[in-house]
Amino acid sequence: MTTRGVKSPYLRGVIDGLPFLAVIAPFGLLFGVISAEAGLSVLDAVAFSVAVIAGAAQFTALHLMTDHAPTIVVLVSALAVNLRMAMYSASITPHLGHLPVWKRALTAYFLVDQTYALSSLEFERREMGVGEKFSYFLGTVTPICLPWYLFTLAGAWAGAAIPTDMGLDFAVPVAFLAMIGPMLRTPAHIAAALVAAGVSLAFAWLPYNLGLIVGGIAGMMTGAQVELVIERRAAPEEAA
Amino acid sequence: MIDTGTLWLVIVGLGIGSFALRFAFLGLVGDRPLPPWLLRHLRYTAAAILPALVAPLVLWPSATDGEPDPVRLAAAAATLAMAYLTKNVLAAMVAGAVVLTTGLYIVG
Repeated sequence: MTTRGVKSPYLRGVIDGLPFLAVIAPFGLLFGVISAEAGLSVLDAVAFSVAVIAGAAQFTALHLMTDHAPTIVVLVSALAVNLRMAMYSASITPHLGHLPVWKRALTAYFLVDQTYALSSLEFERREMGVGEKFSYFLGTVTPICLPWYLFTLAGAWAGAAIPTDMGLDFAVPVAFLAMIGPMLRTPAHIAAALVAAGVSLAFAWLPYNLGLIVGGIAGMMTGAQVELVIERRAAPEEAA
Repeated sequence: MIDTGTLWLVIVGLGIGSFALRFAFLGLVGDRPLPPWLLRHLRYTAAAILPALVAPLVLWPSATDGEPDPVRLAAAAATLAMAYLTKNVLAAMVAGAVVLTTGLYIVG
């Protein structure tokens, strides 16, 4: 890694996080633009990004609200999209669980896909004290989370200037599909995704977008079961 | 148009809920281990929820009143293929956007 010689954990975090600007910038802009299309003010859009700070959940909530889904469905669906954050929280706890509670709260607030992925990788790779780990985490936050607000702001401002008849309706599915691709790392992940999509389509007739929840749960159960089967095949003698 | 009260209810509710999810283990569970079966299911949350969300949007786009649309299907296929093969989110979004805008331009 290029950051091997850098002493300051904070600076290493900043440097490791910088390439993600290439994703954060267009994604934040897109959220701002779509917010403006949906009739949100600039303040609404930025408040959304500051309060929630999770792209996929924000797009989900916005999409369901423009569809006039009931508020409880909007909340449950968007939080379901964010459930993976609980997984990140569980996974980062052995590293940062000894911090004072306000630092843990700060970490929780900034725990997003990219800061989590970078930090867990770095913590596995290098011996660090808990203070250094926290500094590194804050380093990744700097070029990843803060620009999220700024690009939302820019997109919301520019929103009105961007014409709507260019297939912008399809920007959200495209953004989601782009994020799904790298998640399909193992046969279990692929099975989970396929079953979730299929079941969601089959139950699309359910009211309140409940097909999404049914499909998601079916997919999670599928992933867990496939993982079990693969593990048992890999170690058949241990199972006996 | 989204009702302002609803919007702020969602922003605040989602903000608190998202923070609760992120703080749950870090803040409250501490170092106590979670049951393996739960972790096993949580691992597939993102890989399941996002496809469940996106599949109906791809197959029945709102812009065509729910009629399957060849251009949007092609754009979706290009995005997913690029994302899976390169693991590059940005490249995949660009591929999808190029196929979509080119396709819509040709179909007119």
